[in-house]
Amino acid sequence: MRSLFSVLGAQVRKGLFEVQYGTALTVRAFGAVFSGGAVRRRDIIEQMDVLGAGSLGIVALTGLFAGMAMGMQFSIELGVFGAKDYLGRMVTVSIIREMGPVLTALMVAGRVCSGIASELGGMKIGRQVDALRVMGIDPVSKLVMPRIVAVLVMLPILTIIADTLAILGGWGVGTTVGHLSFDTYWASVDRGLTVQNLLGGVIKPMVFGVIIGAVGCTSGLLSAGGARGVGRATTEAVVKASILILIANFVVGYVVIKALGWA
Amino acid sequence: MIAFENVDFCYEDGTQVLFDVNLRVPDGTTLALLGASGSGKTTLLHVLLGLLKPTGGRVLVDGQDIVPMREKALSDVRERMGVVFQDGALFDSLTVGENVSFYMRERMRLDEDEMERRTLEQLKYVGLSHTMDLMPDELSGGMRRRVAVARAMAAFRPTIMLYDEPTSGLDPITADSICDLIRQVGTEQKLTSIIVTHRLRDAFKVADRLVLFRAGRIYFEGTCDLLRAATDPYIKRFMA
Repeated sequence: MRSLFSVLGAQVRKGLFEVQYGTALTVRAFGAVFSGGAVRRRDIIEQMDVLGAGSLGIVALTGLFAGMAMGMQFSIELGVFGAKDYLGRMVTVSIIREMGPVLTALMVAGRVCSGIASELGGMKIGRQVDALRVMGIDPVSKLVMPRIVAVLVMLPILTIIADTLAILGGWGVGTTVGHLSFDTYWASVDRGLTVQNLLGGVIKPMVFGVIIGAVGCTSGLLSAGGARGVGRATTEAVVKASILILIANFVVGYVVIKALGWA
Repeated sequence: MIAFENVDFCYEDGTQVLFDVNLRVPDGTTLALLGASGSGKTTLLHVLLGLLKPTGGRVLVDGQDIVPMREKALSDVRERMGVVFQDGALFDSLTVGENVSFYMRERMRLDEDEMERRTLEQLKYVGLSHTMDLMPDELSGGMRRRVAVARAMAAFRPTIMLYDEPTSGLDPITADSICDLIRQVGTEQKLTSIIVTHRLRDAFKVADRLVLFRAGRIYFEGTCDLLRAATDPYIKRFMA
């Protein structure tokens, strides 16, 4: 019984330490945004290309097929109530408010968070992080800040692309399976494209972007125990980021509903 | 002059690694830190670099105690030090040339031509001018260490060079060539060097003085000849 408590205590302490470390790391990263000049701007752009542009394919596929699936399901259910004309609006609102940001963030977390954790973990184990410190280069400014900023900027852009393709996917299925006209679908979409919806749909991915970047960097820099430790850190990073994204989705959704008057 | 005065180091879990270490390294000399794995020699090097804070004692570099220094002040002291980590610690995602010019690009704001000239000069010095565009994983173990020496020299024009197990995992001939390079760099640049190793052959080849660690304490300090002549059973066992 005692050992169970000590194990639990150690896990809680480890968890609290990770939260504290990750929070401090993120705050320091944002503090370093304007330091470093052109060199850091180049680092950010490089990371935006690697982390953001590199995720375009999976995000596009996710958006397209999510929209097609929703178009199919909504088309059937709305048809029961004779409300098929609302298909565009239903797809648009569901995608922009919930599915687009969450699905994109989860896909990017799977690809990017693991990549960041394994890269930084490998650098830590290989003493490359120490080499940076010895050269007087702050690892937070060089490694953490460009990654967090890159995901923060790129995730909303990727989400907008996913949303667009999802709405197009909904239109494709709506017109072929649901036999809706072009004008009916897009007029309905137009009613769903409110400023509140669009704003809320961009705020969420910004929060998710910080989570993905921060969790990946924290897991990577805290990894220990050789290649096995890096592997463990990589897996844990994806799991933690995914759970935090789902929690943040509810919290941010609630705040946005209150602030922007969705409800 | 580098001096360790009553240095203790203890990890957060309570494991004490260094016990009351007192050591002086005069300018222009090469000191080899010897000892079995886990004896504290690499920890002492990391304490000197400020990567680990000692739990007791003082570490003086040219008269300045680095223990209470914060990261910014430490980076000024580190600019006098060149470090070659175990296996080189080269940045995997950068070419050899980019590794060597890394510090110049980050901190010195030189133009591209000047950076390339300096990089090539350093790579020529270590005999690897043809590797400029190769990636670190295309290099052999010995070449990686040479590039790490070039990077350390290009970065700071240091007065102190620190080597952490620079020959581990290398065959005897390559290890010998790395030792020659360490000796050459130390003599030509008039550097103070500290080399951490568990290979006696390398220590005898490069060092003016030797320190043998045992369980976090200095067990022996003296010249190569003194160590060879020692009759202490532990030293004899270590040398066997």
